Amino acid sequence: MMRAPRATRALHPVAWWLWALALAAAASRTLNPLLLSAIIAVAALVVAARRSQAPWAASFRAFLVLGVAVLGVRLVFEALFGAPIPGTTLFTLPEVTLPEWMAGARLGGAVTVEALLAALYSGLQLVAILACVGAANALANPTRLLKSVPGALYEAGVAVVVALTLVPSALAHLQLIREARRLRGQPSRGITSVARTATAVLAGALERSLTLAAAMDSRGFGRLRPLPARERRITATLTLAGLISLLIGGFALLDASTAPLAAVALLTIGAALALIGLHRSNRRAVRSVYRPDPWRWPETVTVASGVIAAAVYTAAAVALPAEMLPVTNPLAWPALPLAPLLATLIAAAPAWVAPPVSSTSGKSTADPVASLAPNDHLPAKAVAA
Amino acid sequence: MIRFENVTLTYPDAREPALRGVSLHIPEGELALVVGRTGSGKSSLLRAVNGLAPTFTGGTLQGRVTVDGRDTRTHPPRELADVVGVVLQDPRNGFVTEVVEDEIAYGMESLGLSTEVMRRRVEEALDLLGLNDVRQRPLRTLSGGQQQRAAIASVLAQHPRVLVLDEPTSALDPAAAEEVLAALQRLVHDLGLTVLMAEHRLERVVQFADRIVHVHGDGQVTDGLPVQVMADAPVAPPVVELGRWARWEPLPLTVREARRFAGPLRATLSALPPRPERSVIPPPAAPATVAEVKGARVQYGSHVALSGVDLRLHAGEIVAVMGRNGAGKSTLLRSLVGLTEPSAGQVRVGGQNPVELNGRDLTSTVGMVPQDPGDLLWNESVRQECIESVDADEARRLFEELAPGVDPAMHPRDLSEGQRLALALAVVLSAGAPLLLLDEPTRGLDYPTKHRLVGLLRRRAAAGGTIVVATHDVELAADVATRTVVIAEGDIVTDGPTRDVVTASPQFAPQVAKVLAPVQMLTVADVLAALPEAL
Repeated sequence: MMRAPRATRALHPVAWWLWALALAAAASRTLNPLLLSAIIAVAALVVAARRSQAPWAASFRAFLVLGVAVLGVRLVFEALFGAPIPGTTLFTLPEVTLPEWMAGARLGGAVTVEALLAALYSGLQLVAILACVGAANALANPTRLLKSVPGALYEAGVAVVVALTLVPSALAHLQLIREARRLRGQPSRGITSVARTATAVLAGALERSLTLAAAMDSRGFGRLRPLPARERRITATLTLAGLISLLIGGFALLDASTAPLAAVALLTIGAALALIGLHRSNRRAVRSVYRPDPWRWPETVTVASGVIAAAVYTAAAVALPAEMLPVTNPLAWPALPLAPLLATLIAAAPAWVAPPVSSTSGKSTADPVASLAPNDHLPAKAVAA
Repeated sequence: MIRFENVTLTYPDAREPALRGVSLHIPEGELALVVGRTGSGKSSLLRAVNGLAPTFTGGTLQGRVTVDGRDTRTHPPRELADVVGVVLQDPRNGFVTEVVEDEIAYGMESLGLSTEVMRRRVEEALDLLGLNDVRQRPLRTLSGGQQQRAAIASVLAQHPRVLVLDEPTSALDPAAAEEVLAALQRLVHDLGLTVLMAEHRLERVVQFADRIVHVHGDGQVTDGLPVQVMADAPVAPPVVELGRWARWEPLPLTVREARRFAGPLRATLSALPPRPERSVIPPPAAPATVAEVKGARVQYGSHVALSGVDLRLHAGEIVAVMGRNGAGKSTLLRSLVGLTEPSAGQVRVGGQNPVELNGRDLTSTVGMVPQDPGDLLWNESVRQECIESVDADEARRLFEELAPGVDPAMHPRDLSEGQRLALALAVVLSAGAPLLLLDEPTRGLDYPTKHRLVGLLRRRAAAGGTIVVATHDVELAADVATRTVVIAEGDIVTDGPTRDVVTASPQFAPQVAKVLAPVQMLTVADVLAALPEAL
């Protein structure tokens, strides 16, 4: 009867995001390649230890690939256009002499180890930040994250999630059409075929969205509690005023001529007003949440481990600038400061603290069994894609 | 409970209204069955109940539809969600979440029910529809029957007082269909739910109905007691046809009722000399082999879809492939047309490996109409679809034969289910392949369209073609197949003449066979052929 209860729970998706963002913040405080590599390694370790078999869990690799591509582009650009840094010349590219008015810019010329290393360090920082975001993507269940979104923003959140599911279903449909073209003896690849099938895929996606919209509506999606008009107007005014002062505060903060205190004050007031507005509009939403994700000590420990790393890195950036931002000229092997390294290792705590992913529920999420069976309507390759 | 008052529904760009002056009242606690030809407006009627038509379909609605006193003009579908639960034709397209349990909770979350209530109702719904074992499974990995039950459970958990179902069993195998219908029956009896359901397979549902709503196709809608409506409805299950032919009074609607009348008929029939095996053409001494499957094994991940299947198909045969949802029927068809390549064993069609064939070589060897015939159609009009076929004139002729009087400028999407199947068939058949594969061809087909399909298949086979039909429709298999193959868990468990196979198992037996057992007759036509003069 009570067979198969939720055997294990997943860590709260918000906890994963906070941990990952804190780790990314730590990475943004240093250019030390050893520390950055440690951060990437920690992100990879936690993902390997605690990700499920769900479709989104594969995204970590995609983020890493993106990071490496960014790093490559960064190095190539440095070699081609980088400002000349004197030092050990690695190789010399043919230099294009640029006209007078472009003084300062450079194309080709000597490429020094120092310049490439500097580019490598800053590129590595980007990779580390991307790895953190990728880890959050791989670890946090997007639909459960949606449940933590305030009721007033829920509809917008659903639109995003539904849009995300449209891509895989369109891919599945594309595969069906390819097969159909083969059945009718038509070429299933090539330009003309793509043009012919594109319309069908788009039409299919639209049709499915409409069906889904009808199904959601008839199940009560978007029901609102009737509120007096005066109440609604107050809420709208509060939210609008909050957003406007947030905007002005943001500009003021970036504008050096404004007193920073005024900017911070505007931002605080704006945030407060917007939050009140959001809270009030929540009262209009009827929604409740089935099995909300609990926040227990693993969540707290996870977030704390990330926050500790971020705090230590921020402090170290002030106290140990030479170690945190190593110079490449003259060439030197970067030092490995102990405190940030320890903090990075602490950030690996979720790999043990977070509840383990149950192999069954994880497996069934991407269970190839029926999802790939042809009578499931979606052909195998498309689902895998 | 549901009240239509002089309702006229007109879709944009439509010449005729889909519903015209409909007045209808379904009292609380009734199970009402909506019958009618394909494309007659059944879905429009169902969608009008909670205002999905015209809100999501466009068009205008005159008159008044009220459910539990709420008018659909002033209440959009979402405001009726606590009163009306709607399960549309293909539940897959209506799933919002990924996992069974979350899907069941989704509607209740929208209604803002408290967590405790939701927990309790989720458990109840899981039990009621027997889904507890799959509660944590992703919806897309479920079988068709489980998906259908999950869709019903997710709607029921909202505790609606009216349940609207569009073809709830058409995609299900006989056993799964019985499960769903039994669950519905229980809901009507135990909870006093009002159910409005459209279904083509009357043989499955007519015995559960308290009322039949007949949608005539010209916008008219009439309703009455099942016995009255069935007495002269153009659509009727075989048991009713048999009852009408034998002039049994009162008209039997179930096998049980019919068996009580059938004693004399059985006696007459069993006194007849034994008839020869049903066959379209007399089998030659050594029938030509059209296709051969030897030890074929297909695996998707850890799931074995076919495990070493051996099958030989001969010229002039119509083979029905039956079995549970997910038993491997579609995989068998797919490997015969080369869409799936077996990991072991081999498939030969006309001596060739279908995986290696392409273009004309493939279409002139084997043709297949997939489960959703719409997948095969991607052009803007019926005319264009025919032009893109291998033989345009033949395709046009076949389509005209199967679905007479369709405007060739119509978009394939605007055709009814039956017309779409006719178009896909015409397109595939025009290539003239000796082997034709049909995957669930009768899904959503009404009896007249089915009859035309059966006629066409018989003529093809008589001309020496081979046809393989994967189907859940036992009446179709009984009607058309010369040979029946039953697949379970990727294995062929039975392979033999249809008459022997289907009468041996109550699950696959058609209604007439059940009524006349132990006399081995499968269809009303069989009885007519044996006894030309009425009793």
